[in-house]
Amino acid sequence: MTEQTYAPGTYPDLPPPSDTVGPIHWLKVNLFSSPINSIVTLVAMYLLYLSLPSAISWLFIDATYVGETRKDCAPEGACMAFIGERFNLFVYGFYPAELRWRINLAAILLVVAGAAVLWDKMPARKHMIKFAMVYPLIGAWLLSGGFFGLEHVGTHLFGGLMLTLTIGVTGIVFSLPLGILLALGRQSKLPIIKYFCIGFIEFIRGVPLITLLFVASTMLSYFLPPGTTFDLLLRVLIMVTLFASAYMAEVIRGGLQALPKGQLEAADSLGLNYGQAMRLIILPQALKISIPGIVNTFIGLYKDSTLVIVIGLLDPLGIGRASVADTAWLGLSTEVYLFVAVFFFISCFGMARYSLYLENKLNTGHKR
Amino acid sequence: MSTSTPNTNPLLRAWYDKETRSVIVQIIAAALILSFFAYIINNAMVNLAAIGKDINFGFLWQNSSYDINQHLIEYSSTSSHFTAMIVGIINTLLVAAAGILLATILGFILGVMRLSNNWLTQKIAYVYIEYVRNVPVLLHILLLHGLIVNALPRPKGSYNFGDTFFLNNRGFQLPSPEFQSLFWIVSACVVAGIAFSWWFSRHAQKIQDETGKAYPVALINIAAIVVLPVIVYFVLGSPIEWDVPALKGFNFKGGMVVRPEFIALWLALSFYTAAFIGEIVRSGIVAINHGQTEAAQALGISNSRTLKLVVIPQALRVIIPPLTSQYLNLAKNSSLALAIGYMDVVATIGGISLNQTGREMECMLIVMAIYLAISLLISSVMNWYNNRMQLVER
Repeated sequence: MTEQTYAPGTYPDLPPPSDTVGPIHWLKVNLFSSPINSIVTLVAMYLLYLSLPSAISWLFIDATYVGETRKDCAPEGACMAFIGERFNLFVYGFYPAELRWRINLAAILLVVAGAAVLWDKMPARKHMIKFAMVYPLIGAWLLSGGFFGLEHVGTHLFGGLMLTLTIGVTGIVFSLPLGILLALGRQSKLPIIKYFCIGFIEFIRGVPLITLLFVASTMLSYFLPPGTTFDLLLRVLIMVTLFASAYMAEVIRGGLQALPKGQLEAADSLGLNYGQAMRLIILPQALKISIPGIVNTFIGLYKDSTLVIVIGLLDPLGIGRASVADTAWLGLSTEVYLFVAVFFFISCFGMARYSLYLENKLNTGHKR
Repeated sequence: MSTSTPNTNPLLRAWYDKETRSVIVQIIAAALILSFFAYIINNAMVNLAAIGKDINFGFLWQNSSYDINQHLIEYSSTSSHFTAMIVGIINTLLVAAAGILLATILGFILGVMRLSNNWLTQKIAYVYIEYVRNVPVLLHILLLHGLIVNALPRPKGSYNFGDTFFLNNRGFQLPSPEFQSLFWIVSACVVAGIAFSWWFSRHAQKIQDETGKAYPVALINIAAIVVLPVIVYFVLGSPIEWDVPALKGFNFKGGMVVRPEFIALWLALSFYTAAFIGEIVRSGIVAINHGQTEAAQALGISNSRTLKLVVIPQALRVIIPPLTSQYLNLAKNSSLALAIGYMDVVATIGGISLNQTGREMECMLIVMAIYLAISLLISSVMNWYNNRMQLVER
């Protein structure tokens, strides 16, 4: 037997056969691999041909993006001119114009705090995490003021994107610890605590958020000592937090249940008490497993924050709805809602992508 | 005799004993919870007494004195608040049931499209799912409602489908049936057909288990349930009179109308939930180990039967629990009807009745109880189904 040796470079690699590469091959494999597939492709293309060009010309080519009133808009295209006039309203709500720097500053600090939590390669992350822990207080102080030299701004002036972020961030920050407590309570061996947590979680999950918001706006004052009133936004924030924490608890319970029992037994045999075992052994693992679910709950919470418009708070959707009713811009519901939809899409899609990235990073299992 | 050790203190010893400690902790927790509820209920009593209100459900039998634009049972402004509540419940259940049906169909189509080996359909499904589920459902509802009201033509320029169906910005007009006296025979045929197909499915299963002989069960069942009543219907000389809508002046007279609020809410809820169901279906199918398909192929089972007998039964086990929570979400999201004026239970008893009678406490209790009951109903039905589909292990 002779051994053949090929010196490097003497026989260069041949190109792949021409029918296995290139655009034609791609079309064959992905669009026209079988007769049924070809029919499906053609039908889909025809439907796209019917809808896409007219949608694009309506939304971009024939659309009017600059103008003062409805009359400046071309009749055959979308009338997006309201955006320019109302942009500040969509972002800041009715916040006094000369104080808007406070919102901007709070937003910048939010980005920093958010980066510290979400981005694990952030420089000096340990210190930044501490900053992120106190950020909710700083943010609340910046937005609402009232002491340390900042003028007080009533929450009835909150609105637009800034209201959404306020509700979203508050809900996210407070519902996670509350959800962890509820999940641990539901797993507890102490029946009273267990059934209280089950009752709370199932009640909250069984009723729609808007009934809870109604309770917050109309009835909550009945349950407080006579004469107490407190801010509507604060009541809403409490309700949204309770609502999200019930869902959070179920997600975290999933993570807790996914852990093998041996983990807790090992912690027990090392002599750790309940608190230590939870803090050092169980929760780090359970939370890690449930991160995708937690982010999904956050996205849900963020989207659900639009429901506050039914009790009269004006988030971007509420402002959009008010614009639709404005005589200067009458009949623009499609344009206004599409604009708001784009805003929500960007933020929620971003969060969903982050969750996917985390899932892939944490996924150490085998993939086929 | 006893020497002093740190543990002689009986309280401390009790605390170090696991059983006793759990009892102590629970007593404290129970005391806290009970006193919290006692406190808020007491507050509520004091507050209500201060403004001269009580908790009284008697208002339910007073005149409601408002109209509801969609009522499937007899209702007028002289009916009671209780009837208004029932109308609201029926409307909620109607939109929830219709939404669950459409969302399931669309969701399964989307899930299959996402897994299709056709690049174009895969991408269309992907773009649809990502757009729809990343935008709040309330926005979808308002957008669709705005589209129907603003973009569809007035009744005069309705989209006309064969002079029987009309689509315009007042809704979807369609003929309404008026049942003649002989119609009960057709209904009886349908019932008999269902009973027969139930029996036949079991019988065919038994024969197949015993002998391996398979009947075309689906075809025969369809024939029994659909074809037989249709034949009977025509033999009896069409015992339904159709009241066809017709344009009179500015609006349609006759027939029935599906109102724009219902269409907007129904479609928005279905489209939104379908996007989530699509992802659930996709992940359920993907979760089935590839070895299962390969094993079925190795046994020479055809592709369609592999899907029907091997992949889908296993995928359903993964799909059903998250599907249940999507159904629950859809039912709860139907409460957003309020935003566009669809008269569901929140808008009737929790909205107008509440405002007219000023009985916030009672109305909100009723609304919450109704939603809890609906949630319980859906989850128990789905749990029953889930238990049926569950893997039976030795």
